[in-house]
Amino acid sequence: MTLLWIPLLSLLGSVISACTGKLSRNKATSLTAIAPLAALAITLYHAPAVLAGETIRFSAQWIPALGLDISLRLDGLSLLFLFMILGIGLLVVLYARYYLSQNDSLPKLFSYLMLFMTAMLGIVMSNNVIQLWVFWELTSISSFLLISYWWHKSEARKGARMALAVTGAGGLALLGGLMLIGDIVGSYDLDTILASKAIIQSHDLYELALVLVLLGAFTKSAQFPFHFWLPHAMAAPTPVSAYLHSATMVKAGIFLLARFYPALAGTETWFLLVGLTGLTTLLFGAYIALFKHDLKGLLAYSTISHLGLITLLLGLDTELATVAAIFHIINHATFKASLFMATGIIDHETGTRDMRKLNGMWRYLPYTATLAMVAAAAMAGVPLLNGFLSKEMFFAETLHQQVLGSMSWLIPVLATVAGALSVAYSSRFIHDVFFNGEPIDLPRTPHEAPRYMRVPIEILVVLCILVGIFPHFVVDGILSAASLAVLGQAMPEYKLTIWHGFNLPLLMSGMAVIGGLFIYVNRKYLFQFQASLPPFNAKKIFERFLAGVVNWCQNKIQSTENGSLQRYVFIMLAVVLLCAGWPLFEMKQLAGSVPNTPVDIQNIIGAGLLIIGAIATVIWHRIRMVSLLMLSIVGLMVSVAFTRFSAPDLALTQLTVEVATIILLMLALFFLPQSTPRESSSLRILRDVTIASAVGVTVASICYALLTRPHNSISEFFVANAKTGGGGTNVVNVILVDFRGFDTLGEIIVLGIAALGIFKLLSRIPLYMPARDSEGRPWSKDRHPILLACISQSLLPLALLVSAYIFLRGHNLPGGGFIAGLVTSIAFILQYMAHGTAWINERFDVNYRKIIASGIAIAMFTGVGSWFFGKPFLTTWFDYFDIPFVGKTELASAIVFDLGVYLTVVGATLMILASLGNMTANAEKEEVNI
Amino acid sequence: MELLYASCVGVLVTCGVFLLLRARTFPVVLGLTMISYAVNLFLFSSGRLTINKAVVLGTGADYADPLPQALVLTAIVIGFAMTAFVVILSIRGRADLGNDHVDGTLTRSKRKERR
Repeated sequence: MTLLWIPLLSLLGSVISACTGKLSRNKATSLTAIAPLAALAITLYHAPAVLAGETIRFSAQWIPALGLDISLRLDGLSLLFLFMILGIGLLVVLYARYYLSQNDSLPKLFSYLMLFMTAMLGIVMSNNVIQLWVFWELTSISSFLLISYWWHKSEARKGARMALAVTGAGGLALLGGLMLIGDIVGSYDLDTILASKAIIQSHDLYELALVLVLLGAFTKSAQFPFHFWLPHAMAAPTPVSAYLHSATMVKAGIFLLARFYPALAGTETWFLLVGLTGLTTLLFGAYIALFKHDLKGLLAYSTISHLGLITLLLGLDTELATVAAIFHIINHATFKASLFMATGIIDHETGTRDMRKLNGMWRYLPYTATLAMVAAAAMAGVPLLNGFLSKEMFFAETLHQQVLGSMSWLIPVLATVAGALSVAYSSRFIHDVFFNGEPIDLPRTPHEAPRYMRVPIEILVVLCILVGIFPHFVVDGILSAASLAVLGQAMPEYKLTIWHGFNLPLLMSGMAVIGGLFIYVNRKYLFQFQASLPPFNAKKIFERFLAGVVNWCQNKIQSTENGSLQRYVFIMLAVVLLCAGWPLFEMKQLAGSVPNTPVDIQNIIGAGLLIIGAIATVIWHRIRMVSLLMLSIVGLMVSVAFTRFSAPDLALTQLTVEVATIILLMLALFFLPQSTPRESSSLRILRDVTIASAVGVTVASICYALLTRPHNSISEFFVANAKTGGGGTNVVNVILVDFRGFDTLGEIIVLGIAALGIFKLLSRIPLYMPARDSEGRPWSKDRHPILLACISQSLLPLALLVSAYIFLRGHNLPGGGFIAGLVTSIAFILQYMAHGTAWINERFDVNYRKIIASGIAIAMFTGVGSWFFGKPFLTTWFDYFDIPFVGKTELASAIVFDLGVYLTVVGATLMILASLGNMTANAEKEEVNI
Repeated sequence: MELLYASCVGVLVTCGVFLLLRARTFPVVLGLTMISYAVNLFLFSSGRLTINKAVVLGTGADYADPLPQALVLTAIVIGFAMTAFVVILSIRGRADLGNDHVDGTLTRSKRKERR
């Protein structure tokens, strides 16, 4: 369990630090530091076992059906990264407290920082590749928030967006790669994947998967040609840069390479892709770093270059190269973090980071200068510092390469060149900033930074020196544990010492230092040459590319989506036609094996009326009232059809719904134009008729094909169990309230939602009431004819009785809650029509929303009730009782559920119609006022 | 009879789709209603056409398929709710936009009002 606490604590820390807004800065910083400290303690607790070569695992089920677990591991590599993430994270928190000005929100930065830390911890500890990917994406998002911390600055926003776009695109590629690997291996479990090297590498898709994974790693680690986001991410506050670009974000890509090294490395493709990318990045970054006037720009390109170095090491096919890569991961993190922090102090104290202005800082900031110079010397690879050791190992490994065949001698030569460039830009960092004359119009006069702002740098610089002098004691344990996790059985013998005797790598180091100093001294000529090159602005190219993509998409969208709904419907219908019609052409014969039943005269008359009604609706669709009346014929004939084909429940429902629908539409027509203008061109009508006929013919064909094929239904189950299991003889009703009760519950909820939606749509509607009909005649004075009022009033009790009867018999004979509810509703609607809403509201003041709510609640509680008897949701209970005077009667819980259905239907139907009706009442008042 | 039934469904779909493609809301609502009739008939027909079969247990030996009936029954009620919602939406649309065109563009007088 304790493993899970490591990322959990830092997530908790994110929440805690977000809540420290009201506290003093020191308190906020201390509170924020608690979580990483605790996580570090847990890590230390596990460290001895991991250093002894164990791998600690933790897993809990998450979505077992998809093979997804929450699964964590802690091996040497993870341990190394945990130390860097948590250790440097803590230093950054301390540093940031002094770096940020009073105007900047400290809790916001800390909260984002902790969130980012959580993501990084998740990446390095994941034992499931999908989970790893989720955390991977989380680093992209949280780094976006961190880079855009000063969101009011345009360059911060642009830089953050660029970082997100590049690393996000890489993340997508990575997901593809991981899924391919998961597919090849048959598991997303990291242990399984790492053990399946042979299966993965012999698979046809290995190359594709490798390229996708590498794309993810290279974009994150700013490898050429995806490096351009990193310099722009320098718009972030310096603590963020120190954290993201030394130990964490950019190292995530390197971590990924190391993590998948056991499964993916070892092939020609790996060495070529990883090695060459690393080599290019190493040289390119080191070269560009030399020309940057901005201190952070220099450090950014130097970071790119060092990441290239590590990548190159991972792409060299010797085991010792991998050990050197891991060693350099540690060293780069320490000296680069301290350099970023020192730069932050210089920026903080002078107000600028421009090396053309910053000169002679030695006199103003002697202490910071000393620290920075040691760190820069480590970066250059000066002996007795940590950078020297890993660089020496790097040089040694480049000598034993066959990656480029007979041209492999190029690798040590180019490595030496890169080493010289690195010495050159490090010299520039030291000489230009701290010596080289007097500063030129600085915005502020610098003083030494606060004591505790320098502590993090001191700690890191001391580490640089300790590792440089006593490598064996300081890093050997963690280095060999991490290497063991990457290399497994192939772990080589190696010895960390500062003196290997006079050999070729030492000569290369010497040449690099001399060459670097030579380049720095003659930098003027190089600067002139660089200035004569055509300017190259990656940001502009990137932005132009983005704008191009956006424009292209907009054009495409506009050419398909012009806002015309008629067009959309047409396209949708065309697609439906294609999808549904195509299989019909592949069928040999439309008619199936079942012969047609004979046609009788009643059916012909019914069908004829239905067809005439439908066509008349279309023909007169401009005269809306007539069209509506024609539609009612269709509805009526549909209910007749249901009666004819042995479906009395359906016939009753259709008949009642038909009445409600037509009344509703007539009422609606009151508020809509009475006629439809002639708008469609003849061509449009031709087109519409064509597609309508095509859809109609397709549906009719499918229907006919269905009807003439043998009937295989699961209904026998329902027929057999309706009485014994559901306690009713009307199988349709038993299905509704019992077998498929959950569906019915969903449906009445939809009904309720529709009614509430209508209620909301009609509230405060700015609509006027026409005083006259479409032909200019005033409405009849006799709104509520006395005859209708009398008859409807006396019909009401009868109608209610009928609906009660239909409701009660529903379980055993045609009827039930739906039909009874509709009958009741119609009886009331008739009252509304006969007397007007005002008359009804005086006598029958009911809140229909409450009726709907109580209906749904009753249905729900009936369902929940089964739980108390240990049965699943909505199990029906029934039994027979002897009731005096009535006799033996069946009582079933389903009738309570049906009552819920009944109430919902009544409430919804009446609310829909009464809300609309109320509008006419308002309109009447207005008319009177006029 | 199957042929006749299928033709009726086809005619309803054709008329419904034609109305669905009109430019004003009310015909579209009528079209939707007509299509829902057709859909209900179609679904119902998956239980095949059975004349004079038993629907209640104990009233005969041969039963009409109850499952499509149960499904269609709720479909009818939901269809009513849908029709009601759409027609009220079109009223609201006319009130807010000043016309009953399906594209929902403001008429000129309403546009002035908004300003």
